[in-house]
Amino acid sequence: MNTTLIIALVVIGGILVFLWYIYNTLISARLRVKEAFSQIDVQLKRRTDLIPNLVETVKGYAKHEKGVFEKVTELRSSLMHAQNPEKKAEVNNQITEALKSLFAVAENYPDLKASDNFKELQQELEDTENKIAYSRQFYNSVVLDYNTKLQVFPNVIFAKILSFKPEQFFGTTEEEKKPVKVSF
Amino acid sequence: MNIYGAISSNKWKTWITMILFVAFITTLIYVMSKALGLSVVGMTGLALFLSGIMSIGSFYFSDKMVLATTGAKQITKNDFPNYYRTVENLSIAAGLPMPKVYVVNDLSPNAFATGRDPKHAVVAATTGLLNILNDAELEGVIAHELSHIKNYDIRLAGVLAILVGFVVIISDMFLRVSFFRSFGDNKNNAPLLIISLILAILSPIAASLIQLAVSRKREFLADASGALLTRYPEGLASALEKLAQDHTPPKSASNATAHLFIENPFDNKKVKNMFTGLFNTHPPMEERIKILRNM
Repeated sequence: MNTTLIIALVVIGGILVFLWYIYNTLISARLRVKEAFSQIDVQLKRRTDLIPNLVETVKGYAKHEKGVFEKVTELRSSLMHAQNPEKKAEVNNQITEALKSLFAVAENYPDLKASDNFKELQQELEDTENKIAYSRQFYNSVVLDYNTKLQVFPNVIFAKILSFKPEQFFGTTEEEKKPVKVSF
Repeated sequence: MNIYGAISSNKWKTWITMILFVAFITTLIYVMSKALGLSVVGMTGLALFLSGIMSIGSFYFSDKMVLATTGAKQITKNDFPNYYRTVENLSIAAGLPMPKVYVVNDLSPNAFATGRDPKHAVVAATTGLLNILNDAELEGVIAHELSHIKNYDIRLAGVLAILVGFVVIISDMFLRVSFFRSFGDNKNNAPLLIISLILAILSPIAASLIQLAVSRKREFLADASGALLTRYPEGLASALEKLAQDHTPPKSASNATAHLFIENPFDNKKVKNMFTGLFNTHPPMEERIKILRNM
């Protein structure tokens, strides 16, 4: 009788320690996702800080291109107000597109293109865009790690009970997803 | 083998080597203390203490020593914007804090990373390297160096140095003690004593060989994790090709720092057989390039 009790206690204790371990693994994986996202946020913030400067600079040379400025400014404020990663990714991709058309506009103004201020802003924005891409890569790898931990056995059982939910990847633009076309 | 496979296989190989190393040391202590009739605990304690003190010092100051002996200078973004940005971007991608960036004024192309953990890390490249590599190749090399940081290879090298120092000290202790003791005292232990003598002479060499074997495994690992970071193994492969073709003699590397660099600075193409392979800090360049191209 006594030995059965001890065996039962050891088994229950073992299960509890195991649950404790799984829970902590999942929690730290989820925290890493948050931390990785804040890295993207830092870069997005830098981008939103650079945009007004860019708009002002371009305006000085190309007053008539109102439509482009409004579009960029509007997207900028909706990026600042975006709450969840999904929305942020979406707006951020729209900004990339809008900035492309802004830089296309600048092509028509040689004085603007030659200005040091513009060149510097362009370089800074390009750098920020690269950094967004790199932090996105890290974020997605951390999300993949977390989501995998949720889905492997036996974690999958406890994850359901403790209501851990898979995280969303930070999306890419539709254009980036398309295969690269090469024409000869 | 794909990138993930390469990473996990190299991690496993490191673990197995380390376990074998510990088993080797345990056997060594056991045989020697038996032969001398000393207590296992006392001998272990003394040797661990001595090698521990030596290695803890080198663990904390090795990065400063390396930077001083190679003559590396810390740079800011304005000095080498492209190089600095590459380090910045890839450490974001690796999820590492920004390391300090150094440049060595040397035309021989090479790079290394040092520092005891990711928070105290240093990445250094020679001016020669920055001159001959294009952006994708530079990314490949920096990703390789950051992988050394992320994989804690500098710490692993420290642990290995402790273990090798330990073997050297214990062999030395044995040789000294057995020299001063009259051998006639323990006649029944004679065969054990001879075995121990041979062990004492050969062990330090064996320990260094294990250390070098681990070092080579970590190079492969850093190649693979670097490729995972840039998602472009060809960048590093073509950088390594350029490094292999370049024969500018290094002025900043010495035998003591050779294992740190991305390419063995003292690569001698003429001497090539199994035996010299064992004494290399780095795996052969052709093999690294071949594995990268197959990823």
